[in-house]
Amino acid sequence: MKSLGSIRRDFAPWNDPNAKPYIQFDKVTKKFGDFTAVNNLSLTIFEREFFALLGASGCGKSTLLRMLAGFEEPTAGRILLDGQDLRGIPPYRRPVNMMFQSYALFPHMTVENNIAFGLKQDGMPKPDIAARVAEMLKLVKLEQFAKRKPHQLSGGQRQRVALARSVAKRPKVLLLDEPLGALDKKLREETQFELMDLQQSLGLTFVVVTHDQEEAMTMADRIAIIDKGEVMQVATPAEVYEAPGSRFVAGFVGNVNMFEGKIAHGEAGAASIDAGNGITIRTENAGDAATGAAVAFAIRPEKIRISSTRPAGAVNAIEGEVYDIAYLGDMTVYHVRLDDGQVVRASTMNAARITEDPLSWNDRAWVSFRPDAGVVLTR
Amino acid sequence: MNATWSRFNITSIVLGFAFLYLPIVLLVVFSFNESKLVTVWGGFSTKWYVSLFHNQGLMDATWVTARVAVISATVATVLGTLAALTLTRYTRFKGRTLFSGMVFAPLVMPEVITGLSLLLLFVAVGLDRGFVTVTLAHITLTMCFVAVVVQSRLITFDRSLEEAAMDLGAPPVKTFFQITLPVIMPAIVSGWMLAFTLSLDDLVIASFTSGPGATTLPMKIYSQVRLGVTPEINAACTILIAVVAVGVIIASLANKRREVQRQRDEQAAQRG
Repeated sequence: MKSLGSIRRDFAPWNDPNAKPYIQFDKVTKKFGDFTAVNNLSLTIFEREFFALLGASGCGKSTLLRMLAGFEEPTAGRILLDGQDLRGIPPYRRPVNMMFQSYALFPHMTVENNIAFGLKQDGMPKPDIAARVAEMLKLVKLEQFAKRKPHQLSGGQRQRVALARSVAKRPKVLLLDEPLGALDKKLREETQFELMDLQQSLGLTFVVVTHDQEEAMTMADRIAIIDKGEVMQVATPAEVYEAPGSRFVAGFVGNVNMFEGKIAHGEAGAASIDAGNGITIRTENAGDAATGAAVAFAIRPEKIRISSTRPAGAVNAIEGEVYDIAYLGDMTVYHVRLDDGQVVRASTMNAARITEDPLSWNDRAWVSFRPDAGVVLTR
Repeated sequence: MNATWSRFNITSIVLGFAFLYLPIVLLVVFSFNESKLVTVWGGFSTKWYVSLFHNQGLMDATWVTARVAVISATVATVLGTLAALTLTRYTRFKGRTLFSGMVFAPLVMPEVITGLSLLLLFVAVGLDRGFVTVTLAHITLTMCFVAVVVQSRLITFDRSLEEAAMDLGAPPVKTFFQITLPVIMPAIVSGWMLAFTLSLDDLVIASFTSGPGATTLPMKIYSQVRLGVTPEINAACTILIAVVAVGVIIASLANKRREVQRQRDEQAAQRG
C-alpha cells in the first residue's frame, strides 16, 4: 500500500465519518477591540488525539487555547467539549487543565503542594491526594525533589513539575502552551518523546500550541496550521509536509522549492507545467488543476537529485550552476542557480564518508526529480 | 573596585557623615549626661532614662502613639492594597485616572493642608478630636504610601499564576487568598512598616487633628522642647532611634540572608 510519509499508528478517527468529535470550534470569532485574533474558525479534535496548533506568533493560536481553558470568551461562535457548550463556564469549572508557557508554578509552595493544589480544590480526601502526588512525582521522575520550592529547581525540572501539576487532576483535555519553549535543544528533543509517552499512557487528549514546526511534526497526530486567525490546513504531519494544501503551508512547514507556472497540458492527474524560460515540469500530482490554470509546483529539497551530468532517462532535469554549498554533517545542502536566475535548493544525505569527484562552487550541475516527487498547488 | 584612600576621599567621607550624623550622635551622647544643662557635659549617667520611665506624660504619649500607629498602619494597609489592586487589575473603568490621582494626591500634598482640611472636616461633622480623629487622619496620610509600594509589586506580578490556580479549580476569591496574597505579602509587609513609621513620627497632622487625652509622642516632645530641652527628651529620642535602627538592621539582615540562600539554591539547581 502506498502512503504519504509514514503513519505512526492505527489511530485516525478523522478519517472515520462516524467518529464523534470531542472538541469542536464552531465558527468561532474572537475580537480584541478592533483586532480580530480568531476569524470564523471551525476545527474538530478527537478524543485521545495529540493535536498541535502551529503558527507564527500573533496568529491567534494561543487565543484558541485560552478560549478552550475559559480565560477568554469567544466574541461569536461556540466551543463544544464532549457535546457540551462551554460558553459561560468559568475556568475553574472546566474539565480541562493547562500547562503554561511560563510554567506558572506557585513560588511559595513546595513541589508537592504545587501538584496537590488542584486536587485540594476538588476536596479529594488527604490520603488519596498523597497517593496521587506520589504517583505524579514518580511519573515525572522528581521523587527526591518533593519538598523543594520552584526556585530550587532547574528549568527542565520546573517544566516537569508544571506538567505533573496539570495532569494530576486527570483532565479530559490537557492544553499545553509552548510547553518546550524555554528548554534548550537537547532537553527539548528528549522531552518531546516523554510527552508523547505520557499522552499514550494516560490516554488523554492533548492540544499543544507551538511555533516550532519540528516540535509539532514530532509529537502531533494532526497539525492545524493557523495564519491570521484562520485555519490554513488540518492534516497529519506527513500530509502537511508531503501534500501541503497551499503555497503558504508549503512555505511555512520545512524548506521548499517553488516554480510558478501554467498547466500546459493535463489529464487524469498528470500534467506538464510551463514554468517559463523553457522549463517544463512533468508531474503526476496535478490533482484536478485544469489546463491553463496558474499553479505553483512545490518540491522539497531532499527529493531533488544533484549531479554533474544529466542523469540518463530523467523526466525532469534542469541545468544550472552551483552557487552555494552548506555542509551540515548528516547532509549537504546545495543551492543551484538555474539559467533563469531562480535558485533551487537540493539536499543530499551524506550516506558515505568519502565522495568521489564532489561538486564544488561554480560547477555546472543538473538538478533532477521524479514526476511524483512534487505537488501542484492551486492556492 | 579600586578605591584609593586619597586625602580628598577621606575628607569628603568624614564631612559627609558628620553632616548627616553629628546631630544624632550629640543627642545620644547628651542623653547620658549627668548635668541637667543640655550643652554642658557633667559626667556619665543613666538617670534620665530612669526618670523617663517615671514621667507619666511621656509614657502616656508613647502608648497613644503606638496604638495610633498600629491601628492606622493596619487599616491603611488593607485600604492601600485594595486601591493598588483596583488600579492594576481594572485598567478600564470610568474615572480611573481621577481615582488614581485622588489616591496618590496625599503623597505630594503639604501636610499642613492635609491637617487643616481634616481638622475642618472633623469640626464640620462634629467629631470630637482625640484618638479616633488622629487615627483616621493617619490612615488618610499613609494609605497612598502603601498603595504605591503594593502597586509596584503587582505590576510585576505574573498573572498566569492566578490563571493557573483558577485553571486547577480555585474560584477567584480562593485564588486571591491562596496565591495572590501570599506572593505579594512581602510588599504588603513593607507597606505596613512604612505606614507605621510615618504615623510614628508625624507631628504636623497629629497637632491639627488630636485633642486632649490623645497627645502623641512627637507632639509631647515638641511641646516639652518649647519649655526647654531636658536630657529626658534626649533619652526618649535615643530609645526611639535604637528601636528604629534595630528594626532596620533586622529587616536588612533577614533580606540579605534570604537573598544569599536563594542564590545558593539556584546555583544548586543549575548543577542538577
